[in-house]
Amino acid sequence: MKKQRSILILVLFAAYNSYSQDTLQEIKVQNIRKSIKKSYTLTTNSTTLTSKELLKAACCNLAESFETNPSIDVNFSDAVSGTKQIKMLGLTSPYLMITEENIPSVRGASQAYGLSFTPGTWVESIQITKGAGSVVNGFESISGQINTELIKPAHDIPFFLNAYGSTDSRFELNTHFNKRISDKWSTSLFLHGNTRAAKNDMNKDGFMDNPFAKQINVLNRWQYTNAEKGWVSFINFRYMNDKKQTGELDFDPIRDRGTTNRWGSEINTERLDVSTKLGYVFPDMPYQSIGFQNALNSHDQNSFFGLNEYTIKQKSYYSNLIFNSIINNTMNKFSTGLNFSYDNYGEFVNQNDFSRTDNSIGAFFEYTYDNTDNFSLILGGRIDNHNRLGTFITPRLHARYNPWKEGVLRFSAGRGKRIANIFAENQQLFASSRSFDLLNSGGKTYGLNPEIAWNYGLSFMQGFNLFNKKGDIGFDFYRTDFQNQVVIDLFQSPQQVLFYDLEGSSYANSFQFEFNYELARRLNLRTAYKYYDTQTTYNSGSFQRPLQAKNRFFGNLAYETLLSDDDKQWKYDFTLNWLGQQQLPNTATNPAADRLPEFSPSFSVMNIQFTRVFSSNLEVYVGGENIGNYKQEKAILGANNPFGPNFDASIGYAPIFGQMYYAGLRFKIK
Amino acid sequence: MKNVIILFMLALLGVSTQAQEKKNKNAKYTVAINGNCEHCKKRIEKAAFSVSGVKSANWSIETHQLVLILNEEKTSIFDLETAVAKVGHDSKDVKAEKEVYDKLPACCLYVRE
Repeated sequence: MKKQRSILILVLFAAYNSYSQDTLQEIKVQNIRKSIKKSYTLTTNSTTLTSKELLKAACCNLAESFETNPSIDVNFSDAVSGTKQIKMLGLTSPYLMITEENIPSVRGASQAYGLSFTPGTWVESIQITKGAGSVVNGFESISGQINTELIKPAHDIPFFLNAYGSTDSRFELNTHFNKRISDKWSTSLFLHGNTRAAKNDMNKDGFMDNPFAKQINVLNRWQYTNAEKGWVSFINFRYMNDKKQTGELDFDPIRDRGTTNRWGSEINTERLDVSTKLGYVFPDMPYQSIGFQNALNSHDQNSFFGLNEYTIKQKSYYSNLIFNSIINNTMNKFSTGLNFSYDNYGEFVNQNDFSRTDNSIGAFFEYTYDNTDNFSLILGGRIDNHNRLGTFITPRLHARYNPWKEGVLRFSAGRGKRIANIFAENQQLFASSRSFDLLNSGGKTYGLNPEIAWNYGLSFMQGFNLFNKKGDIGFDFYRTDFQNQVVIDLFQSPQQVLFYDLEGSSYANSFQFEFNYELARRLNLRTAYKYYDTQTTYNSGSFQRPLQAKNRFFGNLAYETLLSDDDKQWKYDFTLNWLGQQQLPNTATNPAADRLPEFSPSFSVMNIQFTRVFSSNLEVYVGGENIGNYKQEKAILGANNPFGPNFDASIGYAPIFGQMYYAGLRFKIK
Repeated sequence: MKNVIILFMLALLGVSTQAQEKKNKNAKYTVAINGNCEHCKKRIEKAAFSVSGVKSANWSIETHQLVLILNEEKTSIFDLETAVAKVGHDSKDVKAEKEVYDKLPACCLYVRE
C-alpha cells in the first residue's frame, strides 16, 4: 500500500518535472525511502530489500547482499570456493527456493556457487519470504523463498559505472548501459567483470585463503511495455564464465594437476541463459491477467580438487503459465496454471557416471482471501508428476491477522519435496581426503530417496512510536520436520562422508527476536537474536548439524546526514554479527595436530562502511570487513600433508582471511 | 510497480469509455462518496463489496472517489450508492439517514452538505 502510493507520488512528480521546486520534493520522497520494507498487510512473512539496502554491503554479488539482514545468515566461505553460503531458519540454501524474477535460478548444478553469479549492481530489489512460500513456482521450497528482481530496462538510467577494489586483491567493474528505443521498447546491457589478481596466504599455511579468480558476466535484456493494450514482455540473454583456482601457493595447474606434487583445485563454470516473459492484463478487468514465462539454461562446470575430479553439466528448460483472476470480487482472488521443467544432468565423479534426466509437469491453484481490513489467507495446492518423485500433492497455507493497529500475526504451514543433488550441494567436501560413501537404499537418485519436509511458522510484529520515533519489535518461530532427508554424515569418521536416508528424526527449530528503532533522526538501529536447534539422527547418534551456531546476535547501526541542497551526503553503516559455538564435524580420531574441538569457539565479526555522496551522479565508498581481524585457527587440517589421510579444507566456521578493506565508486548519468 | 502504473492508466482510460446501450459485465464507474480517513475507506469498500455484482472497489482518501468495476447485469450504481448510504456515507444521489450518520466513528464524521 505504502509502496504503491510512493510509486504513484514519484510518477506524479516525474510528470511535473519542469518545476524546480517539485524536483526538490521528489528528492525528499527518495530520502525517506526505507531500505528494508516490512508489511503489516502482506499475508506472508516477507521482507523486501530495496537497492538502498543493497548498497550497505558494497561487495559484490547476491551471496554477499544479505549481510545486513537478520533473516538470512551468511556463512563464511571455505578456503576452496571462496563463495559465501547462505542459510535460513537453520537450513542451507538447497532448502530455499531461489528465483530470479520468479524463475527458479539457483538450483541443481548451480546450487553451490549460483548466488555468486548475479552481480549486486544488477539487482533492483530482493524479496525474502520465510516459511513454506507460494505454490506458484514449484514444490521444492522448504524453509523459504528468495526472489531477486533485476533492474528493469524501462526504469533504468542511461549509464552506470561501479568500480571496486579491496586489500584481498579483488577487483570488480560493473557498467550498465540503457537505451529507450521507442515509447514501448527499451533495452539494458549489463557488463560485469571481477578478478582476484594475487594469491593471499594470511595464516601462512601454504594454502591460498581465497581463490585466484576471474569472472565475466554479460546480461542483455529487452522490455516491451504497452500500457494501453495491457502487454508487458521481457527477453533476457545472459552469458557467464567463471574461473577459480586455489590450493597451495605454488600449485601450477599445467604441471601439477593429477599428481601429488602440490595440492590444487580449479573450478571453471560457463553458463548461458535465455529467458522470456509475457504478461497480459485484461484492459477492462485490471484484476485479471495471464503470464507466460520460459527459461532455457546451460550450465557447465569442470573442476578438480586435488585428485578428485568433478564435472557437472546441466541443461534445463522451465516453463510456467499462470492465470490470475477473481471470484465474485477482488476480496477473493486466485492464481492457477501449469509448470513444466526438464533437467538433463551429465555428472561425473572420478570416472563414475551419475548422469540423469529429470522432468516434471505440474498444475497449481492458489486462492487468496482478503477482507480488505484485518485478515487475509492464502491457500495453495499443487499436483506434480515427476519421473523420480512420482505423483504427489504439495499443500501450502498462509494466514495473516491484525489484532490491533500496527500489530500483525502470521501463520504458515506447508510441505516441500526435493531431490538432493548430493555432490553439487556438498562440493566443498571434495577438498578433503574423505571417501564418499553412498549407502544405497534403493531410491531413484544416487540410490537415495527424495527429501520431504513440513514447515510450520508463527510470527508476530508490533510497530510502535516511542518519543516520536518509529520502531518495531517482533518474534518468529519456525519448525521444519523432515519425513525423509538425505543425511550428510561427517560424524562417522574424519576420513569419510556418508550419504544415507534418514532413519530417526531430523528437525530444525528456529526462533528469532527482532527489535528495530530509529534512535534519532536518520539514525537507525536493527537488532536480532536468533536461536537454532537443528538435530539430526546420524548412525553414530543424534547431533546438531555441523557449522550452525545455536545462538547468534545481529546488530546494525546506520546513520546518514541530511541530503544537502547540492545533493551531498554522508552515510555510515556498522554491522556486528556474534556467533555462538558451532558443532564441528568429528575429528577425534585424527592425530592431535589435525584435530578440531567438538565445538568451535564463539566469536564476532564487525563490518563498517562510509559512503560519500558528492552529487546525484557520483559517490565513493570505503569500508572494512571483519575489522576485529578474527581468524579461524586451523583453516585446513593436515595442510602439511595434503595427500595424506587427515587433509580437510572443507571445515570453515569463521573468516580465514582476517580483516579486509575496500573502496569503490559509483557513477551515474541520469 | 508496472502493474500499478498500468492499473492507474487503465483506470483513467476506463472512465472515458462508457455510454454503451448494452449491459456491460465489467463496467467502470467513478463516484464521489463522502468520508475522511482510513477507517472510512474500509467501511465504504466493505459496503461496496457486499453488493452482489461489484467486482472491484477502491476508495481514495485524497480524492474521495470510489473507483468501481461492476456487472451491470446484476447491479447498478444506484444499488451501490444505497448500500454505501446504509452504513452512513453520502453520495450525490443517495443520502444516509441521520441516525446512521450520527453513529459513524469519530474520524468519519464528514461535513454534510
